[in-house]
Amino acid sequence: MKLSPYLYISPFFILFGLVGLFPLIYTGYLSLHDWERLYYQRGEFIGLENYRFVLTDPVFLKSLVNTFSIFLMSSVPQVIVAVAVAALLDNHLHGRTFWRMSVLLPFVVAPTAAVLIFGSLFADKYGVVNAILDGVGLEPIRWHVERWWSHFAIAGMVNWRWTGYNALIFLAAMQAVPRDLYESAALDGAGRIRQFFSVTLPMIRPTMIFVIVTSTIGGLQIFTEPRLFDDTPQREGGPNHQYMTSTLYIYVKGIEDQFYGRASAAAWVLFLIIIGIALLNFGITRLLTRRHA
Amino acid sequence: MNRRPGFVVYGLLAAFVIGSALPLYWSFVIGSHTKEEANQVPPPLVPGGHFLDNARRVLDTTDFWSAMLNSLIVSSACAASVMFVSTLAGYAFAKLRFRGSNVLMGFVVMTMAVPTQLAIVPLFILMRDYGLLDTLVAVALPTLVTAFGVFFMRQYLVDAVPDELIEAARMDGCTMIRTFWTVAVPAARPAMAILFLFTFMMVWTDYMWPLVALQETETLQIALDRLALTGQGQTTDYALVLAGAGMATVPLLILFALSGRQLVAGIMQGAVKG
Repeated sequence: MKLSPYLYISPFFILFGLVGLFPLIYTGYLSLHDWERLYYQRGEFIGLENYRFVLTDPVFLKSLVNTFSIFLMSSVPQVIVAVAVAALLDNHLHGRTFWRMSVLLPFVVAPTAAVLIFGSLFADKYGVVNAILDGVGLEPIRWHVERWWSHFAIAGMVNWRWTGYNALIFLAAMQAVPRDLYESAALDGAGRIRQFFSVTLPMIRPTMIFVIVTSTIGGLQIFTEPRLFDDTPQREGGPNHQYMTSTLYIYVKGIEDQFYGRASAAAWVLFLIIIGIALLNFGITRLLTRRHA
Repeated sequence: MNRRPGFVVYGLLAAFVIGSALPLYWSFVIGSHTKEEANQVPPPLVPGGHFLDNARRVLDTTDFWSAMLNSLIVSSACAASVMFVSTLAGYAFAKLRFRGSNVLMGFVVMTMAVPTQLAIVPLFILMRDYGLLDTLVAVALPTLVTAFGVFFMRQYLVDAVPDELIEAARMDGCTMIRTFWTVAVPAARPAMAILFLFTFMMVWTDYMWPLVALQETETLQIALDRLALTGQGQTTDYALVLAGAGMATVPLLILFALSGRQLVAGIMQGAVKG
């Protein structure tokens, strides 16, 4: 009786400890050590030397800027559009299930397939996006070369895959809003738009926090898109690392170049940034939405 | 906001849905043309008649079927394991009283925010030291459990199983484990199916970890990775690459057609309670 609850939860904690927690701590340990690439073994304790290297490595710093740029270009429009789509879905629609399933369609396309498709849409020479730009008399854009435009294209595929998913989450929250709140707002003379801003938005605040925090955690670890968007064989986020993200940096440094210590230090830096931003997001979202309510 | 919507609402939704479907349509358009046609300016806008030729080229350049089988094995194994372990733990957290349960559950929730997948370097070293590199076991290991799964099952079981039912089963002399099997599992079945589906898709679409753990062996995503490389040259062979991307998407589209409702329900359920 006293023992058995622990038996129920122990498989999770044992396995999670082995494949989740331990590697994370081990990463911290490795980040404080040199790594003898020649002998393939751990070198001596070198304190924060790896962190010093990573934080002064222009490529890592560039990757951090890229990570944030792509993250902002994907998360902000994504949340706004998702809330809008959710508001549309939150009506007495004919074919409710059809619409809900339809907005979710991109989610079942794996990121690898998505980036290959978008890589072709945004191809520098023969892409359909450039063909359209050309058709309306604009200069074609070198999507795989120019730094901010490449971020735009990458953010586009992330948004494509996740907007509908987040819209469904917002929809669930909107449907949980008590209907009489709308009725009394309508009695007070609030129109539909006004109701949306003064009833719906404050009421879905916890869900906003949830979505923003989870999209932060995911958005700062983007890897598949920048790696496969690169059509040079090195695949390090463009010839000048224009769109190399920090996760890609960890992969290139750690797995390809086998600088295990440095890659581990980079992983911990990114790890701390993600946790920090998630907490910050949590605080800011609470503050902002509370003022509305 | 529960009103009869006008055509504006339908129009906007339709625009969004069509926009969402266009990239998939595009992959089929390009994937059904020859390499030369696909690289024309302006590009073709309607499907051509060469999809089967391109599909054959995909099968010639990659070990597509064995990659798909590998994906199926790994995804099913992880999904089954996550489902089983999460139901056990979720039940204990939802329905059993024990010392430290709040602290431990808090720990589970916290770890959902921890990006454990950043720890690829030590995981890679561990797999190498234990001789697991390039095996499906290595691909599956890190996703045998997820904190999200435990959280999800706990949230579901709190309401799905009335405490009286557990009491009654115990009065009837059921052991703890029998109570679990005869009361909790039947009630948990819908949530278990959704959790299986989610984990399956998560593992199926994962790219980074198989890329680290595998060398010769391929999952579907790794096969696509290799395909994209062979498609490169003076001009990228998008007909080949997009035919492959389309073929790799078909299994999930089938899964989506069969269980899209559950997927939608799962996302919306997880949200309200999350």
